[in-house]
Amino acid sequence: MSKVQLANVRKTYPNGAEAVCGVDMEIQSGEFIVFVGPSGCGKSTLLRMVAGLEKITDGEIHIDDRLINDVSPADRDVAMVFQNYALYPHMTVRGNMSYGLKNRGMPKAEIDQKVTDAAKMLRIADFLDRQPNQLSGGQRQRVAMGRAIVREPKVFLFDEPLSNLDAKLRVQMRIEIKRLQRRMNVTSIYVTHDQTEAMTLADRLAVINDGKIEQMGSPIELYNNPATLFVASFIGAPQVNLMPVSFDGNSLVSGDVNILGFTDLPTDTDLVLGIRPDDMHLDDNGQFPLRVDIVEQHGADNLIYGGVLGAAMRGEDETEFCFKAGQNMLPDLETTLKLGFNAERAMVFNKATGERLR
Amino acid sequence: MKNLNWRTITTHTILIIGVIFMTLPVWVAFATSTHTAETIIRNGLQFWPGGELFKTYNEVLFVEGGVMKSVLGTTMMKNSLILGIGFAIGKVVISMMAAYAIVYFRFKLAVPLFWIIFMTLLLPLEVRIIPSYEVMAGLGLLDTHFGLIVPLIASATGTFFFRQFFRSVPDELLEAARLDGATAWGFFIDILVPLSKTMIAAILIIMFVVGWNQYLWPLIMTTKEENYTLVIGIKQIYQVLAEGGELPQYQKAFALTILATLPPVLVVLVFQNWFVKGLVESEK
Repeated sequence: MSKVQLANVRKTYPNGAEAVCGVDMEIQSGEFIVFVGPSGCGKSTLLRMVAGLEKITDGEIHIDDRLINDVSPADRDVAMVFQNYALYPHMTVRGNMSYGLKNRGMPKAEIDQKVTDAAKMLRIADFLDRQPNQLSGGQRQRVAMGRAIVREPKVFLFDEPLSNLDAKLRVQMRIEIKRLQRRMNVTSIYVTHDQTEAMTLADRLAVINDGKIEQMGSPIELYNNPATLFVASFIGAPQVNLMPVSFDGNSLVSGDVNILGFTDLPTDTDLVLGIRPDDMHLDDNGQFPLRVDIVEQHGADNLIYGGVLGAAMRGEDETEFCFKAGQNMLPDLETTLKLGFNAERAMVFNKATGERLR
Repeated sequence: MKNLNWRTITTHTILIIGVIFMTLPVWVAFATSTHTAETIIRNGLQFWPGGELFKTYNEVLFVEGGVMKSVLGTTMMKNSLILGIGFAIGKVVISMMAAYAIVYFRFKLAVPLFWIIFMTLLLPLEVRIIPSYEVMAGLGLLDTHFGLIVPLIASATGTFFFRQFFRSVPDELLEAARLDGATAWGFFIDILVPLSKTMIAAILIIMFVVGWNQYLWPLIMTTKEENYTLVIGIKQIYQVLAEGGELPQYQKAFALTILATLPPVLVVLVFQNWFVKGLVESEK
């Protein structure tokens, strides 16, 4: 049970590139935090700074009120699960799991006990004497987690641990990681670029972009109430529909399309209207004429993609929209649907700054 | 199908010719070593084995004065083994540690130092043989195993191979080991050495053969007969033959040659699986 605090943490590489530029964060004991963002946004670097694998250029990281900036990785009492598992290929599963404990000088009987317990918990007890190359991807990932668990660290760090697994296994392991974390109640930081993983695992998630935290909060908070255009477009699958618009005092305008229902917006800047696919519905008086282009059948829902007729700003292409409909909704291609939307939940952003205006 | 047959026949013919070229001289040496000295003097090299196999090899290996003035073939073989094994182990140890330092420790001169080591690949031993001799003579290490082996064990080739290998080991392993509390030495011994074992085997084998076949360096470093290696022994016996006097014992010279080729051949045959693995496999 440990708190982690990051205060104005920065990472600048010797060539001047800034990977992390000033992150403040307070992680409560037992919390499951997910860093999510596009590749190269600095999320892994931030995690590796907590682990001690990257030097901290500036700022402070505390674990339980202990400043760990200059503490070696081994003494920080953190355990990490790597993307490619990083198992020692020449050691058996047992060897892999016990190596860290051996280095800490734990008595052999105690090591055996811990390894056996962890193996039971992860259902790898039958493989203890095998080598990693005799295991499947999912089993290797379990071993990697076992190696972290036996250490009983203050903080678990996960660096995209599921991205080498196939889709089905990824969902299974995701649930298992969540269950395990609940059960052990260890503070965890999890890095991923997959927004579904982020949404489902996190107690709170931090959306990171360009080395800065765009927004931090519970998954549902970020979904319902994104603070910036970036967060809105990153969180949610299928992606939020975005339409470049301007405000003429009464309505939002995009080409020939006028959208009513908005007030108090600046008239002198470019705006972006954001509507989630599930906030749209068929409506004979709807303001969006959608020419159906593709229908994706996902089983329970159909996703209907198409261009919004007439909605084009100054020579740009027609805005593409996605509309989430029920299983039975199967419009012919090239037909036009009239769509309405839930104005309560629609979002308006400043196009240049990404700031949310409404 | 017919084409394929022709291709098979052609390639096999070429290979068989190659094999004959390579092995025939060895065979002739062996066959000749089983004849009496008189037969060889009278009739030259022999293609078919004679009846003196046991006698010749027994004299060469076990009878004092049978081959050199006093030293036995077995003693020379022992010396060669010590040189070959010491040479190989020394090279592997030194070059692994050098490569470890170069790859895993970020110090300012790592890159230039590596290139300096690498450039010594271009210099054969002969270039520094006189200064090396001076140093060893000054230290009073002539005619010792230590003096014979140590000046040779720095290895640019080995360092280079291990460097390439270490660089291909994923960084995550080092990071995982660091989080697991491994020290620099612990990571080397517990992780890198076991990972490199096929590589180590391959280099040990190559270096054993190279060490076994060393000629010039043992020649100038050894003055006493009891320190001769097999290769030096062969050279000496031919010299005695050339200087004449007695009936030249060609069969013994050939026997010694055959004996000198056996251990390297055995090592390669026995360890060839490891050897090939070490050179082609990247088990990580």
